[in-house]
Amino acid sequence: MVAASELRSALTVLVIAAILFIVAPAVIETYTLTVLIIYGMLALSLGLIWGFGGILCFGQAAFFGLGAYTYAISAINIGESTVPFVLGIAVPAAFAFILGAMLFYGRLSDVYLGVITLVVTLIFFKFMNSTAGPEYVIGNARLGGFNGIPGFQTLNVPGDPGSYIYDVDYYWFCVVAILIVYALVRWLLASPFGRIAVAIRENETRVELMGYDVRIRKTVLFSIGGGIAGLSGTLFANWAEIVTPGMFSLAQSAEIIIWCIVGGLGTLVGPVIGAMALAYLKFLLGQQSLVDNMMLLGLILTLSVLFLPRGIVPSLGTLLARAMPKRRRKRQHHRRPRRDAEESRGEVLDG
Amino acid sequence: MDLAGVIAIEMVYSVAMLVLISAGLAVVFGMMRVINLAHGEFMMMGGYATIVSVHAGINIYIAMLIVAPLVVGIIGLIVERLVIRYLYGRLIDTMLATWGLSLFFIGAATMIFGNTTTGISPPISGFALGDFQVNGYNLFIVLVAAVILIAMFAALSLTRFGLIARGTMQRPDMASALGYDPDRIYMLTFFAGSALSGLAGGILAPLVGLVPTTGATYIAKAFITVISGGASVIAGLASAATLFGLISQSFTFLFSPVVGEVALLVAAVVLLRLLPQGITGRFFRGGM
Repeated sequence: MVAASELRSALTVLVIAAILFIVAPAVIETYTLTVLIIYGMLALSLGLIWGFGGILCFGQAAFFGLGAYTYAISAINIGESTVPFVLGIAVPAAFAFILGAMLFYGRLSDVYLGVITLVVTLIFFKFMNSTAGPEYVIGNARLGGFNGIPGFQTLNVPGDPGSYIYDVDYYWFCVVAILIVYALVRWLLASPFGRIAVAIRENETRVELMGYDVRIRKTVLFSIGGGIAGLSGTLFANWAEIVTPGMFSLAQSAEIIIWCIVGGLGTLVGPVIGAMALAYLKFLLGQQSLVDNMMLLGLILTLSVLFLPRGIVPSLGTLLARAMPKRRRKRQHHRRPRRDAEESRGEVLDG
Repeated sequence: MDLAGVIAIEMVYSVAMLVLISAGLAVVFGMMRVINLAHGEFMMMGGYATIVSVHAGINIYIAMLIVAPLVVGIIGLIVERLVIRYLYGRLIDTMLATWGLSLFFIGAATMIFGNTTTGISPPISGFALGDFQVNGYNLFIVLVAAVILIAMFAALSLTRFGLIARGTMQRPDMASALGYDPDRIYMLTFFAGSALSGLAGGILAPLVGLVPTTGATYIAKAFITVISGGASVIAGLASAATLFGLISQSFTFLFSPVVGEVALLVAAVVLLRLLPQGITGRFFRGGM
């Protein structure tokens, strides 16, 4: 019964999203839309581990950048895009697994988790920025320091390096990719693994006492989030046709968190909508010079923490539920991470 | 011998730098459990306050030591009243809200001052130590950092306000029952923390070219130092700054500045893995 309603709501979202993606090119250029989708996927990765696993990662940009760099470096060396594409997902996932294992087996509390993920991002950023010299080479690929790596093989039809997937085709590729990722994540969350992940978010000690190994579960979830972020990095590299250390920057990490907060934690659609809306807003603001757009983004973040702590999508859900009390709302609207719980764990610091 | 002297000065200087850039954050975090991610921008504003007032003809020492802390302290006060006070006890939310503020201030500074580098020259000239040239201003920074540590200790342990503040941080309800308004104490503590950030920004202004995004270069280091220090404000700050300062400066001498920075970050990750409560969670417990 639960599975059936879960399936129905997932299908509804997928169908609505597919229709929107088909209609959208009439309004916004596909080139812009493509990057919005990529950002949406990036937000989805944090939305999964933060909103459902209760793991606040300040360095999701590390996996995003790592995916992009992995793709670019291996694409230059291999000259065909299929293997690099897989590596672009696998390497960040593996890295996230190792990092996660280190963090969760050390039982670090939230604040320290935030600090360490932030620091790892900074290490990447500093290192990549300092690799301008010719001695920094992996195979045939020069890391290029601040200028990044341009001119790698972009996505092609598997087995045929000559036929590129680009422009409108690439847009459809990304649409399919995000729909598949969404469906897989929904499936994951409906599975026992996902349900226990949510249980861990709600009360870690209790789950542990019931005999589940919390550490490995959090590590695996973290790794899956890293893999999705890596995929979006790979897609971004193909879209921009260059990768730069800016992908590892603090501003990038901040933006991912802003998208999740504004869109709504504890939902999957929320972060995606938040990312697409804010990224588009940033794009529109970039075309005017009256107000600095960083200032507006900052204002949006601060105001939404103060006045909309649950994010747009859950708040809208509540509003709708209030307006139409008879209809049963989608289950996911009720899943809201207990941010209070995180904070009380932060109090351990007092010790 | 001269080389050893220079290295010693550089080591002490890098420790002092960490103390200076982390002091404001340490007060706010250590006393109030609020992580102010706009700390770097508070320093940036302190820098601009100094430069603007120097250009307006004010003596550079007055600008650095008085104008900058006052201006930033007042900005901090406004921020506390408008944003932070609604978020006490919600650690993650304060981090996010202040991150938003940090972006806001960067944007605002970009609009006002433009995305260009401004600067003033250091008021103290260098001197020769044997064959080496030593920057005299570095010694001034060491002095200021030492004064800050001593002043913080004195203010917290010797004055009446320090006593009340410490009491309020431990048991706000009890302090309130004794007739001290916690709201007011928090406000004043945040003001003091912001003023320290402003002071740091003002003192560093002659050293670095100032751009609106300058703050980002400090926040990570300050954040790491304070968190690794752990629960005690002064002991934590001093021990973490000493450890990280020595590590990063040693690696800078042996390899390059970039390796030094990376070594600092790696050291922080390893340290937190070994001592999840920070240095003072294990050592110097119960100190200040």
